[in-house]
Amino acid sequence: MTELVDPEAPVRTVPAATPPPRPPTKIGSVLRTTLLVAGAVVFLFPFYYMLLGSLQAEPDPSPSALLPTGNLTLDNYRQIDESLNLLQSLANSGIFTGGVILGTVVFGVLAGYALARLHFRGRGSLFAMVLLIQVVPFQLLIIPLYVMVVRTYGLADNHLGIILPYAINTTAVFVFRQFFLQLPDDLFSAARIDGAGELRILWSVALPLVRPALLTAVLLTFIGPWNEFLWPFLITKDPDMQPLAVSLANYISTISGEAANPYGAILAGACVLAAPAIALFVVFQRHFTSTDLGSGVKG
Amino acid sequence: MSVPNERATRSRLTALLGRQPIGGLLVAPYVIFIVAVFAYPLGLAVWMSFHDYFFTAPGVPVDRPFVGLDNYVAVLKDPAVRQAFGNIAIFLLVNVPLTVVTALLLASGLNRAVRGLTFLRVAYFIPYVTASVAVVGVWLYMFTTNGLVNEVLGPVAPDPSWLVNESLVMPNIAVFVAWKQLGFFVLLYLAALQNVPKELYEAASVDGASRLWSFRAVTVPGVRPATVLVVILATITGANLFTEPYLLTGGGGPNGASTSPVLLMYQRGIEQGNPDTAAAIGVLLVLGVGLLALANRRFVRGD
Repeated sequence: MTELVDPEAPVRTVPAATPPPRPPTKIGSVLRTTLLVAGAVVFLFPFYYMLLGSLQAEPDPSPSALLPTGNLTLDNYRQIDESLNLLQSLANSGIFTGGVILGTVVFGVLAGYALARLHFRGRGSLFAMVLLIQVVPFQLLIIPLYVMVVRTYGLADNHLGIILPYAINTTAVFVFRQFFLQLPDDLFSAARIDGAGELRILWSVALPLVRPALLTAVLLTFIGPWNEFLWPFLITKDPDMQPLAVSLANYISTISGEAANPYGAILAGACVLAAPAIALFVVFQRHFTSTDLGSGVKG
Repeated sequence: MSVPNERATRSRLTALLGRQPIGGLLVAPYVIFIVAVFAYPLGLAVWMSFHDYFFTAPGVPVDRPFVGLDNYVAVLKDPAVRQAFGNIAIFLLVNVPLTVVTALLLASGLNRAVRGLTFLRVAYFIPYVTASVAVVGVWLYMFTTNGLVNEVLGPVAPDPSWLVNESLVMPNIAVFVAWKQLGFFVLLYLAALQNVPKELYEAASVDGASRLWSFRAVTVPGVRPATVLVVILATITGANLFTEPYLLTGGGGPNGASTSPVLLMYQRGIEQGNPDTAAAIGVLLVLGVGLLALANRRFVRGD
């Protein structure tokens, strides 16, 4: 359990970890580990199958093809690149995701800091509103947002229009607030007595201490826009503007029939779309901690 | 927080604006964002659902008369809408219990496992961080008529196959979404398990309770607030279902058996140009989710 707690993180409200309630019996422990590992293998199997399918020259759904002996090729990647210009799509995904992360880190940190550490008029009602937003399903808003962004402001097929509804991630604001709250009060009193202004305190005192939280929030924010389908799908019709999730979805639903090996090409695109998010998660997995996410959701 | 050493002359200003009025400035961009992207569209959605609203070129003044409940009546009379809400009910009946039970069992297993914890954590969380569009691709490949799953099942493979079978398609999508989202709910339960006092387990153990009994008598009640949250979040996820029916079943097939309300909102509102009807579907959907959330709080907390 100790691995769940980030050693670099500042003070936490949740106690680090409870030891196992009682010493587990050997047989029980072996059985549990076996079941957990078996479950994990089942969970990961579709990803293995995705990679395998993306490399098959001919689709081969037979169980014997699970351990490939031949029939492997990189042609599917070339095929999907020809059909939807992977680099352009990846760049669009990157701009969408980068814009959201930038907006969240700049404005979300300011808001999280103010909500946690500054007393100003309207703080309580703002925080109540932030809580309320968490329960309004985004899907209710797609029609009015579509009307506003596409019809009123003419931002269809525009990076700004794609980014706009996601520009500041509210969950990240929660995480920032939570981390600023956990810093000791004395730190802030001392800095104020020394005459530091509020912005100076944020920049020189608070921010350096919550750097691990920044990384957590950036990672959390990344998977939203990178994986988002519905909104960019609604407002981009120009293939040169579509993020990869949208262009791949269009490929799945309409044009895959033209390819020699449609499943191979789809799965090659799926691997390209999945790889960055999975790689980031595996590299930084210890930053996705239950306490961080829990505090983010529970506010 | 800070030492209350403000001078008396400044105290009235402080009372009006707060001790650090600069905070108002720091949250201003976020407040503007909330108003523009949540509050105003929310109001617009409700307004549209009570008016005869249609798309026009920007800046063209048109009359959009108030029509009362007409949009709602039209929506409720529409068999496709009723079917879509029924589909979501099937989805939730399969997805929510499956999610709650598997997530809690996995979390309590992981809570005790020490060896290989990192690998296990990564394994269960990877589907959650992956784009739906990507995993939909492999799900299609696995569950197509001649796909791996049916090859393995051989003679007991369903006919018609999973994604073109009216009674199997929604449960199949519900399992897909449960698999995809489970890692997140496991994390929520792991956090909740930290807060169950271990003295309770010791007491149960002293009383001679079996492990199964202490799970039932200590763990399940101990994580009840987390269960409320998991059920509500899983319900919201289900109500927002769009990508899966759009891509897995070619837009809600067979015969509308996998159409979701959001898919219908897209078809009615944007493809067919009736944003007022779509807004009414959206309002009904949110009301339904709200009622389910309230009922769930009562049900889970109140026994």
